[in-house]
Amino acid sequence: MMLGNCATSSSLSTTSDEDIVNNNLTALVVDDSPMIRKLHDMHLKKFGLKVQVAENGKNAIDLFRCGASFNLILMDKEMPIMDGAEATRELRTMGVTSMIVGVTSLDSIFDRQAFMEAGLDHCFTKPLTTENINFLLQELNKNNEEN
Amino acid sequence: MERNPLRRQLQIMRKSLFDQGYLDEQFVQLEELQDDSNPNFVEEVVTLYYRDSARLILNIEQALERKPYNFHKLDAYMHQFKGSSSSIGAKKVKAESTLFREYCKSGNGEGCMRCFQQLKKEYATLRKKLEAYFQVARQAGPMETACRPK
Repeated sequence: MMLGNCATSSSLSTTSDEDIVNNNLTALVVDDSPMIRKLHDMHLKKFGLKVQVAENGKNAIDLFRCGASFNLILMDKEMPIMDGAEATRELRTMGVTSMIVGVTSLDSIFDRQAFMEAGLDHCFTKPLTTENINFLLQELNKNNEEN
Repeated sequence: MERNPLRRQLQIMRKSLFDQGYLDEQFVQLEELQDDSNPNFVEEVVTLYYRDSARLILNIEQALERKPYNFHKLDAYMHQFKGSSSSIGAKKVKAESTLFREYCKSGNGEGCMRCFQQLKKEYATLRKKLEAYFQVARQAGPMETACRPK
């Protein structure tokens, strides 16, 4: 059972195979906005993921350099110190194969394309919706089955 | 119909926020994330929004004091502000943000100023209404799962 639109605590009380799969998934939320970090952190936890947060691209890179790894990275574009595009490029150069998803308020197609070209797997408008997360989890579970 | 008078009051306040166009569907998404282990999640997110966005409001105010206007900078600030406001479902604030950006794109400084004054009014009004709403919500205790307004 893939968790649907109302991922309330009552609907989380029944464990399914896909719940177990989601519980093994880890995510990193990279955003300079405390509000967005809180929002995405909660959203992902509702779907059973273990979540960490980072305030900017450099902090995200440092986590990986310290040996952390995540199945999913939600990457904001505009951040101080190191922005999302630079962080994404650096992570790919380091050999990170996590799913990296841009989450941005950029509305220019050109800017989004440039962000995608940094090495993203997907790019969504922030904030993420339940539908976006459902899609990403399906993709992640598909990738896990293939590997 | 809700029998508890406080919860009834809360339902009425909530419906009014949607009916009068202050909030949109994104607010419902926030409510759906709230649960027993995070009973004040929505209020916490809204509090963070007002804290974060105060800085952006100040940046825009300061930018509007400098002539000639840097419309590119004004647009960039408002773009961020609009994004934050969208995240909590602040519908009227978002609408004014969109209008402001249109004035920036057309280089209309007076339009920007007028629009910004209206935006600040909507921003302040929403804050008062949400503060009152959350005060009643805290008194009423945890509610059932969020329901979408008709």
